[in-house]
Amino acid sequence: MSSKDKWAGIGIAPGRLIVLLAFMLGAVAVIALMLGQSTIPAATIVKILASQLFPIDRTWPPTLESIVLDIRLPRLLAGILVGAGLSISGAAFQGLFRNPLVSPHILGVSAGAGLGAALAILFFGNIVAIQLFSFIFSLTAVSMTYGLSRVYRTTPILMLVLSGIIVGALFSSCTSLLKYIADPVNDMPSIVFWMLGSLNNASNRDMIIVGPIILIGISVLLLIRWRINLLAMGEEDARALGVNTGRIRLTIIICATMISAAAVSIAGIIGWIGLVIPHIGRLLVGPDNKYLLPVVVLVGASYLVAVDTLARSAFASEIPIGILTALVGAPIFAYLLRKTRSGW
Amino acid sequence: MNPLVDVCNISFSYSSDKAHSIFRDVSFSIKQGDIFCILGPNGTGKTTLLKCVGNVIQGWSGTVNLDGRDISILKTSEVARGIGYVPQNQAPSFPFLVRDIVVMGRAPHLNVFSSPSKNDRDIACDAMEMVGILPLAERPCTMLSGGEWQLTLIARALAQEPRVMILDEPASHLDLGNQLRILRVVKSLAESGIGIVMATHFPDHAFIVATETAIMNHGIIAHRGPPEEVITDRNMRETYGVDVKVIQVGEGVGRKACFTSL
Repeated sequence: MSSKDKWAGIGIAPGRLIVLLAFMLGAVAVIALMLGQSTIPAATIVKILASQLFPIDRTWPPTLESIVLDIRLPRLLAGILVGAGLSISGAAFQGLFRNPLVSPHILGVSAGAGLGAALAILFFGNIVAIQLFSFIFSLTAVSMTYGLSRVYRTTPILMLVLSGIIVGALFSSCTSLLKYIADPVNDMPSIVFWMLGSLNNASNRDMIIVGPIILIGISVLLLIRWRINLLAMGEEDARALGVNTGRIRLTIIICATMISAAAVSIAGIIGWIGLVIPHIGRLLVGPDNKYLLPVVVLVGASYLVAVDTLARSAFASEIPIGILTALVGAPIFAYLLRKTRSGW
Repeated sequence: MNPLVDVCNISFSYSSDKAHSIFRDVSFSIKQGDIFCILGPNGTGKTTLLKCVGNVIQGWSGTVNLDGRDISILKTSEVARGIGYVPQNQAPSFPFLVRDIVVMGRAPHLNVFSSPSKNDRDIACDAMEMVGILPLAERPCTMLSGGEWQLTLIARALAQEPRVMILDEPASHLDLGNQLRILRVVKSLAESGIGIVMATHFPDHAFIVATETAIMNHGIIAHRGPPEEVITDRNMRETYGVDVKVIQVGEGVGRKACFTSL
């Protein structure tokens, strides 16, 4: 009886798909470095990158090197980290909350970040303050949500969601108040534009600070990814299967919150990715987080880099990326959903 | 033979007020191959009792020993290696394949950072084969019938390689054929040496498989013993408040059965 054959995959084996997607991310990354106000050939890009590690004769003008290394590279890295981070947070939260409609912002990350950024724009107006405030305020919002949802030393899922809605509403209305009283010529447009999201401000210095936070969060989620399957069965089932549910839930919340708070602080509020990339991942490899989370990381990173490249090079002036992610993504998702008809 | 699980005077209450307990002072023990059936009206605390014994919920008082060790001081994963719990549950919202769900039973044997190995997948396959759902291995769990889902949960608990399995009304909502299929699986698990604790709404199921039966009512175990002694006209009437006739049936059945009428 070939009972063990039942484990053979269907369609493309998930392992092979992950390799393919990694190559796709590489290709998208090279294209992102090539395109912009001046188009740089792929060969030159590769040489410029290689010259940082190996002694190669510099046959290109220094301005070209500066464009690639100081402008396009940090933006590419930001796109990869933010896209991957928001997508894996969304996938982990959807498993944790057992709900495919959940996004990483469910516990109030973006509402908190919005208020922090609005305050910083009003009182300081510099980019460092905006990043710092949005990061701290999003952590504050999620901590408030978690604290509010504690009942008898446990945190029921429904309480978490409702607390997230309450805290989110509180922070959002404060932000609206700030927008209302803000100077309508300078400050208000700044707040609005910040909230639409952009990778425009990403610098190498940001990457050094924010990069490790997002990378650690992603790594921890990847390490415990099979356990997230167990949480998707429900709290009591997970306990019956020997899982310390409180500890693993808190781990997921901390990782996803650190990732999305860091992402929002450098890129503003970019919606849609954290909600929809996990679904696209499930259409590709099914709901098993063992394969889903790596796939989601690669697809999310490729998607955000591609959309950002479009945002900054397809039109005369840059379009905020938060608008484009949904504008481009909604039709793609609608097409996939209709074509596969596989529900989630 | 030493008991696998020894439950001693356990009580549970959602508030600190002892008077409003869900159940109180319940004791029983399970040995290898036992099938202990718990009968009782809706809302009498059967599910809560099974969850406490299965270590699924906390906050009960009394002691539950697994192989002579108090489960309240064991790690959750240690308990899950000894006790498999089959809940009354709906399929999750994500379309996990049956094999993905069954292999989750290996979780108590794995550390936090690992995922199932070839060996774990083989054990899951054996569990599916034992309960007869191997042909469904590649089916999404959202596309299963009630009976198939119940068998999937039993296979998942079996993959834990437990010594005791707790089943919460495994045959409710199932048609007659599936009820019998579940009972046959339960019986074969017991024959393989697993101790079984099972809540059920069907007295006939106790007659078919139970080695011992208890009737739970108003949060206490009112009667306990072999099914033929416990399930009587008088006890059924006292428990459910309706007239029940327990009659010995011959003719190729050869057991007692319960009959009711309006």
